[in-house]
Amino acid sequence: MSDRRSRLGSPFHLLVLLCSFALCAYAGVRLLDGDWLMITVWFVGAALIHDLVLLPLYAAADRALITVTVGRTAWVNHIRVPAALSGLLLLVWFPLITGRVSERYASVAALSADGFAARWLLITAALFAGSAVLFAVRVGRRRPGAGE
Amino acid sequence: MARSSLPGRLPRGPFSPDFWRSPLRGTWFTSVLGVVLLFGITVLFVTGLVSYAAYNPDLSPVNDRTPGKGILGFYLFSWPTDPPWLYRLTQGVHVTLGLGLVPVLLAKLWSVLPKLFTLPPARSVTHALERISLLLLVGGALFEFVTGILNIQLDYVFPGSFYPLHFYGAWVFFGAFLAHVVLKAPAAFRNLRRMRRGEDEEPDEDLTAARPDPPTVTRRGALGLVGGGSLLLLATSAGRSFDGPLRRTAVLTPHGGTEPGSGPGAFQVNKTAEYAGIRPDDTTEEAWRLTVTGRTGTVRLSRAELLAMEQHDADLPIACVEGWSTSDQAWRGVRLRDLAALVGHDDPAAVYVESLQAHGTWRDAALSAGQVADERSLLALSVNGADLTPDHGHPARVIVPAAPGVLNTKWVTRLTFGDL
Repeated sequence: MSDRRSRLGSPFHLLVLLCSFALCAYAGVRLLDGDWLMITVWFVGAALIHDLVLLPLYAAADRALITVTVGRTAWVNHIRVPAALSGLLLLVWFPLITGRVSERYASVAALSADGFAARWLLITAALFAGSAVLFAVRVGRRRPGAGE
Repeated sequence: MARSSLPGRLPRGPFSPDFWRSPLRGTWFTSVLGVVLLFGITVLFVTGLVSYAAYNPDLSPVNDRTPGKGILGFYLFSWPTDPPWLYRLTQGVHVTLGLGLVPVLLAKLWSVLPKLFTLPPARSVTHALERISLLLLVGGALFEFVTGILNIQLDYVFPGSFYPLHFYGAWVFFGAFLAHVVLKAPAAFRNLRRMRRGEDEEPDEDLTAARPDPPTVTRRGALGLVGGGSLLLLATSAGRSFDGPLRRTAVLTPHGGTEPGSGPGAFQVNKTAEYAGIRPDDTTEEAWRLTVTGRTGTVRLSRAELLAMEQHDADLPIACVEGWSTSDQAWRGVRLRDLAALVGHDDPAAVYVESLQAHGTWRDAALSAGQVADERSLLALSVNGADLTPDHGHPARVIVPAAPGVLNTKWVTRLTFGDL
């Protein structure tokens, strides 16, 4: 009895999951009413690309940063934070920043799509500059009189 | 042991507990992010459902991009006209909050990644089903965020029309989200209470690194980075819900920054006349006529005849499903209900509105009797003291309080009052 139960798992969890699947299936058949193959690719692909490509990429970049700054750990976060914030903005706004939708944006909204890349670079520069200033202030404080 | 495997065959790579080194991972970090998402995603879901209702999809097939919705439209109600900034608020919150939650979602997914590689893959039938449910949860969340973020940048690469994909995708995601909340939220809140009492976090061998690297940042510092990312996205986005200097703060956002053109018509445009394929020859005083049909027949009016009717003013915003909006603009024109009365509808009647636009979505739309009856609902001929510009709908456009932008049809050529 207990063996069968352990193979089944918690009956409460099972019930919750079955209710959830009923709703997912009801909406899912409607979601897939169309180009079902590509929609499935997008839905499942979003999870796979995030978990197996995007996340390993930025984790590897972070690992590389820690490796090259070994012994100078005080630097790490002063590079990591502006890089992460800049990367976040690029991730969200890459269609506008890369200019892949510039033509449509200009003709639909009557607005220029030219400045996005420049503004992203300026924000990135400001983030790194701010981080560098903060680093200098911290180092200065830690070594009083070092600048005299 | 969840990570036990056959003796003599040690798991390798990400399946090995030694692979995961970050000292940040643990139940506290995941619980904080999970609780933020619990509230945030609930607001996103509710404002999304509200936006769906704002289109009045049950009013007419032309308003309904998801005719097969079935019981998913159970809650629909006739969209009100008060307060006039209602859609501006709900949809601004939906899109802007969604942007702000991107870093929280990414951090949450990062924090639980080791669980993807737990061995054995399924401990029980229920555990196997839970992992399938997690695929719907993670896939659904990313699908919703990606389609939403691409749509506001006009990057229509997703496989189909945005409305059904984002709407049905939201329900698939929400189904999995509900199960996840029921199964996990009690533990998350328990963890937060424990931490507040100063106790150690609940151990979780799937999350907490077995051999952690020395920390390079504290957990609070890491949460600060996530919050900082949210603030950065909010600070560079929220301004596009306002005109003037505030819009200029939305530096990386579509419809942020500057206003199009100059003069009284220099406020945000959803679709230009050129993009909509409006031929200038069709909008001249000589060529353009408004056809109004109702109970007593059909009336054709020139723009001069419309200007000779009683003119009314209404200060109303434009609010787009893409999350941007304008401040109130001073519209002036003929009341929709006066036009209804002209063709025998003294009682409130719904109206089917058609545009000169020959192709593309939302070239026609239906407005409810309640929307027509509101005295601020106009067929506008001018805005901010000047004739409408071509991009704002010259010769005439609809403007209705609290309605989503695309229901405020531009370049109107025909109004048909009565049962839709």
